[in-house]
Amino acid sequence: MSDPVRNVPFRGGGFVATRKRGVGLLVFIVLLLFAEWGTRTGFISALTLPRPTDVLLTFQELYQSGLLFKHLVPSLSRLLIGATMGATLGITIGVLIGLFSLVRAGLVPLVAAIFPIPKIALLPLFVIWFGIDEMSKYALIAFGTFTPTVVATYAAVDNVDRTLIRMGQSFGLNWRSIVTKIVLPGAMPGILSGLRISLTIAIILLVAAEMLGAEYGIGAYILQAGSLYDLERLFAGVVILSVMGVVVSAGIAAIERRVLRWRV
Amino acid sequence: MDLKLDSVSHSYGKTEVLRDISLDIASGQIVCIVGPSGCGKSTLLRMLGGLEKPGAGRVLQVGAPPADCLNPLTFIFQDFALLPWRSVQGNVSLVLEDNNLSTAEKQDIIGDVLMRTKLSEFADALPKQLSGGMKQRVAIARALAVNPAVMLMDEPLSALDSQTRELLMDDLISLWTRQPFTAVYVTHNLAEAVRLGHKIVVLSRRPGQIREVVEIDTPLAERSYGDVALEQKQQHLWGLMRDEAAAADAELLHV
Repeated sequence: MSDPVRNVPFRGGGFVATRKRGVGLLVFIVLLLFAEWGTRTGFISALTLPRPTDVLLTFQELYQSGLLFKHLVPSLSRLLIGATMGATLGITIGVLIGLFSLVRAGLVPLVAAIFPIPKIALLPLFVIWFGIDEMSKYALIAFGTFTPTVVATYAAVDNVDRTLIRMGQSFGLNWRSIVTKIVLPGAMPGILSGLRISLTIAIILLVAAEMLGAEYGIGAYILQAGSLYDLERLFAGVVILSVMGVVVSAGIAAIERRVLRWRV
Repeated sequence: MDLKLDSVSHSYGKTEVLRDISLDIASGQIVCIVGPSGCGKSTLLRMLGGLEKPGAGRVLQVGAPPADCLNPLTFIFQDFALLPWRSVQGNVSLVLEDNNLSTAEKQDIIGDVLMRTKLSEFADALPKQLSGGMKQRVAIARALAVNPAVMLMDEPLSALDSQTRELLMDDLISLWTRQPFTAVYVTHNLAEAVRLGHKIVVLSRRPGQIREVVEIDTPLAERSYGDVALEQKQQHLWGLMRDEAAAADAELLHV
């Protein structure tokens, strides 16, 4: 009797994230088609969900009337100015905390104390400090971006490979060179992934600030639509926010690809 | 320029790692330091390079380094310590940038050291594209660029496979033969020590003390793989270290 010959059964594989193109888009399309079908057949009532094509029409109207840019431009400039202020300050303070033990001892507890405060709760205070117009909105967005950026930045500085810093010292590099040529580039991956989170928070706070007092802006537009129970316009506004989020995230991804080409 | 250790001792907290080490490192010589793991060899090297302060005793520089020397005491690390975001060229240039050199001078130095380490073709490659052996050659090129008076090598070949190690050892020997340099070479590999060392310092287990200093007179270029005399020296070293290593291995760590 001969021994049976068979293939060794394969039991490896899996548990690795592979890139699947177009699946994300497909999920979107399927959901939209389902909503369209549901609202057309009456399976989903008009009060529950607006019809996607109606939202699209509202959007088109918004664009043609010129109102889109009237709302979008102030929103984008608030986001840009507020987030830039918050991120710049956050990265600066974060690097200082990472570099100086004294700053760390003084500021880490403070950052921990302001981190959990819902920044929206402070808007009235900011209105008193900075006035009802733009400055209080910038301050709110900046403050909201600041805390996560600080935490991400100093963690990133802490994670820079100490052997590289020792190497710099052993070659007699001056302090400035060690910081700008070793610490900062080494902390860059962590800083960028922190920015991803803090910029998303900035969008949320932008809407909150605009809901509390603005004539124009995506937040004001959504609030108006909501109080009239105009679901089409509400959804048009929400879609704009989603797109903003996707654009920010894609922007960071593009920066990462450029700046972090060296990563394995 | 010579280096001198004058009864150096050191402890980390309650753990005494080095006890009363006195040693002369004469210029133009390679001094190998061998010893069981945890005997403080790397600590000793960091003290020689000024990265750590000895608890007691002194680390002395005898004589001035040559005038064209940009960084007298230069390390080569076990894990290469290359900046992953800089190319081969950029990594070498890093250590020249704080030295007030003109761009042309820097280019000359970079070109020269990359040629000496046979890396000219790879000037623009990033570290992630290089093999372990090439990475260590970049680190050697970087060290040569500052024209060191003493090279401090901390197990430079330990992270490499044994074939690459042989090749790099040949490279180091030919670099030395062309232009003798002073080096302190820490290793736990006795074969490396007898191939490269003019003087081999054997440390005991913790607290590290000098057990014996073995001198080898055969010129570096004439030492070959499987040489009988070297084999005997290596046997002798292993005899010295064997019991220490076994005892060090059986020790519990109190960290």
